[in-house]
Amino acid sequence: MKNPRIRFERDRTVWIASGKVELGQGINTALAQIAAEELDVAFERVRIVPPSTAHSPDEGYTSGSMSVQEGGKGIREACVQARAALLAHAAELLGAPVGELAVDDGTIKAKNGNSVTYWECAAEASEVPPAGAGVKPSGPAKIVGKSALRIDLPAKVAGKPAYVQDMALPGMLFARIVRPSRPFSRLEALPPSGDVDGVTVVRDGSFVGVLAEREELAIAAAAKLRAKALWKESPVPEDFHGWLRDNVTQRSVLKEVKGSPPSGERIKASYTKPFIAHASIGPSCAIARLKDGKLEVWTHSQGIFGLRHELSVVLQMKLEDIVVSHAEGAGCYGHNGADDVALDAALLARAASGRPVKLQWMREDEFAWEPYGPAMALELEAQLDPSGGIVSWKHELWSNGHTNRPGRSPKPALIAARHLEKPFEFSPAIDPALPPEGAGRNAIPLYDFPDLQVVKHYVRETPRRASSLRALGAYGNVFAIESFMDELAEAAGADPIDFRLRHLKDPRGRAVLEALRESWRSQVKKENCGHGVGFARYKNIGAYCAVLAEVEAGEVLRVKRLVVAADVGLAINPDGVANQLEGGAIQATSWTLKEEGRVGAVSWEDYPILRFSEVPAVEVRLVKSDSPSLGAGEAAQGPTAAAIANALHDALGVRVRDLPLTPERIVQAMG
Amino acid sequence: MTELEVNGQRRSVSAGPDTPLLYVLRNDLGLVGSRFGCGTGQCGACFVIVEGKALPSCDTPLWSVAGKKVTTVEGLAKGGELHPVQKALLAEQAAQCGYCISGIAVAAAALLSNNQNPSEKEVREALDRNLCRCGAHNRVVRAVLRAAKEMQA
Repeated sequence: MKNPRIRFERDRTVWIASGKVELGQGINTALAQIAAEELDVAFERVRIVPPSTAHSPDEGYTSGSMSVQEGGKGIREACVQARAALLAHAAELLGAPVGELAVDDGTIKAKNGNSVTYWECAAEASEVPPAGAGVKPSGPAKIVGKSALRIDLPAKVAGKPAYVQDMALPGMLFARIVRPSRPFSRLEALPPSGDVDGVTVVRDGSFVGVLAEREELAIAAAAKLRAKALWKESPVPEDFHGWLRDNVTQRSVLKEVKGSPPSGERIKASYTKPFIAHASIGPSCAIARLKDGKLEVWTHSQGIFGLRHELSVVLQMKLEDIVVSHAEGAGCYGHNGADDVALDAALLARAASGRPVKLQWMREDEFAWEPYGPAMALELEAQLDPSGGIVSWKHELWSNGHTNRPGRSPKPALIAARHLEKPFEFSPAIDPALPPEGAGRNAIPLYDFPDLQVVKHYVRETPRRASSLRALGAYGNVFAIESFMDELAEAAGADPIDFRLRHLKDPRGRAVLEALRESWRSQVKKENCGHGVGFARYKNIGAYCAVLAEVEAGEVLRVKRLVVAADVGLAINPDGVANQLEGGAIQATSWTLKEEGRVGAVSWEDYPILRFSEVPAVEVRLVKSDSPSLGAGEAAQGPTAAAIANALHDALGVRVRDLPLTPERIVQAMG
Repeated sequence: MTELEVNGQRRSVSAGPDTPLLYVLRNDLGLVGSRFGCGTGQCGACFVIVEGKALPSCDTPLWSVAGKKVTTVEGLAKGGELHPVQKALLAEQAAQCGYCISGIAVAAAALLSNNQNPSEKEVREALDRNLCRCGAHNRVVRAVLRAAKEMQA
């Protein structure tokens, strides 16, 4: 059987080629569950082959919480087909009709007691089953829908090699790049290479890197060169939110419903979100080897095919001469430096005489050059009728594009491309259309308003590099919408949950809000403590999520507890879903309380994130559902931000509309 | 040559005395479980235990551990069996990407060797030098408390 996606090995394992990549989200475990379920083999026998452009299906990017939906579907179909082909062949071998065969952990059994295994008949089975052959009888799922232990964690917990950072190839050189901590247009002066011993300095225009036999030598040399080099800096506006409003490229109406609201007072509020870093604990890393005109690259990219395309453009090589393979990195959370570091490594490999080059960015490289989630400005406006119902709603937003991924624009988006001696024109971030949208993701409220206008102001020019961060525009939009809903509920004298339900028809949305009601009712009011809720359906087509936050406002704002209620459809791995929702809510708490990406940040002191003693207790409640599976990794971000801001208002009576909710901003709001 | 004891074995290393211990472990001794995160001791991904104390190997020059006992995440297991902290981390599925987890396992093992019955607050405070970006904190804390219980049993 030649199924390009499934291989049966002699040791009785099954190898599955996935087009989606493991980003720390546990996707390989969920995909292995799907394969085990459809093939009727034990979960422990399934292995997932790391994706490579050399042998994997091109399933585009692993992004947008689509891996279970897209990747799971492809694997399910391939497994169903393989199982049918194997059964058809086994029927011949066993002399029994297909309908009388049963499969138990890869062993096909006939009623007469004869049996044969997948591994015995895989080589001879045909690729495509005869029409209608061996359709699997429907029955309750055995593996899918039950919590499975992550297949990758035992090695990681034991400290075994697990990441591209841990790979070592024979003859490998260590590399570091030399870039400043701020955006620049060109390198004006570099100290002579004689200043650094024992390393090779590689320069191509304003792109500079070093190669050394030992890692610490590369690090020291790069630091020395960085300290002495001079770059012409590119200015970044101080008041970026104001700058966005003054530099609009395109205004587009995302949705308009023309009602006839009676004349009356309109309530308005403005909100902002800053640049936010992915801030992975492990800086980006890639290995590249250029030998005999062929380039091999290993990196933790979300899209190995898009990256290969872009490498071919920048390096002027044919696609077939480049292989990009995925190797795991630290947590991803969106478009981080994985693609950029791959081009950096490939450029340095050109000076390595066929030897492999390992390049890991330093912490300051990561903070300076990974594409941050873009800053956004938002303005909301609404009108209430005398009964306290919303009769008109307007949402306007200003933002750079949220997608600057390689392969998505005609020109290269990789950093080094614009720093070369013969530079490529920089390709600014674009913004995808609805659905799923980028800046406008979740800008259209899920509520039913009789008069509605949602407007996006896209700003093309990007003084500061930006691209996709987990949840994209949904984080800012939901923060604004759900903060504003509380402001309106207060104006209407309504309970925040009742007020949302009054405007929400979607039954699944109502169910996740209802799931919080008891916790909401049982809250006891204490001084300086407060509670708040936030709700959204991610992308308006994904998972439903409502969050209840409990805060205590002392010298700093502390989030004590979060309750996350979600409907993700059928959860393939319920514990994996809970882990993603909890992690998403904790990361969003960090964004909301602390994070603001200022130009020039080089260390964790400049960009603090939530620590163990600051992390809230999190309770996840999955609303049971048999609807199609929906991704869970990005559902909690927006609702968490709004729930915290609303809880702050409940605690102190102040409304902070600019993220993050720092002590300075809270004091300022208190007047 | 610098001599040190890593995970119970005497090792002799030719790297320069100022070389951060992290690169000696990863590149000379093939112990890649200690990972580079920041290079300045701010994140904990490279933690090792030296003389009973968890410290960042990225910020520890080789000369300072000459003749001393170093335990890395690879050395936490005894006789082929994972350390109770590692077992508990698996039981609680206390990681997402896992990049920070070996440093956390080291910090937690050091904590439990000095304090056999820590409170949740003490666990959180002890792990405050370890950054986790995926949000696995609460699962990690549960795992450490579980390990403490199992070590006492």
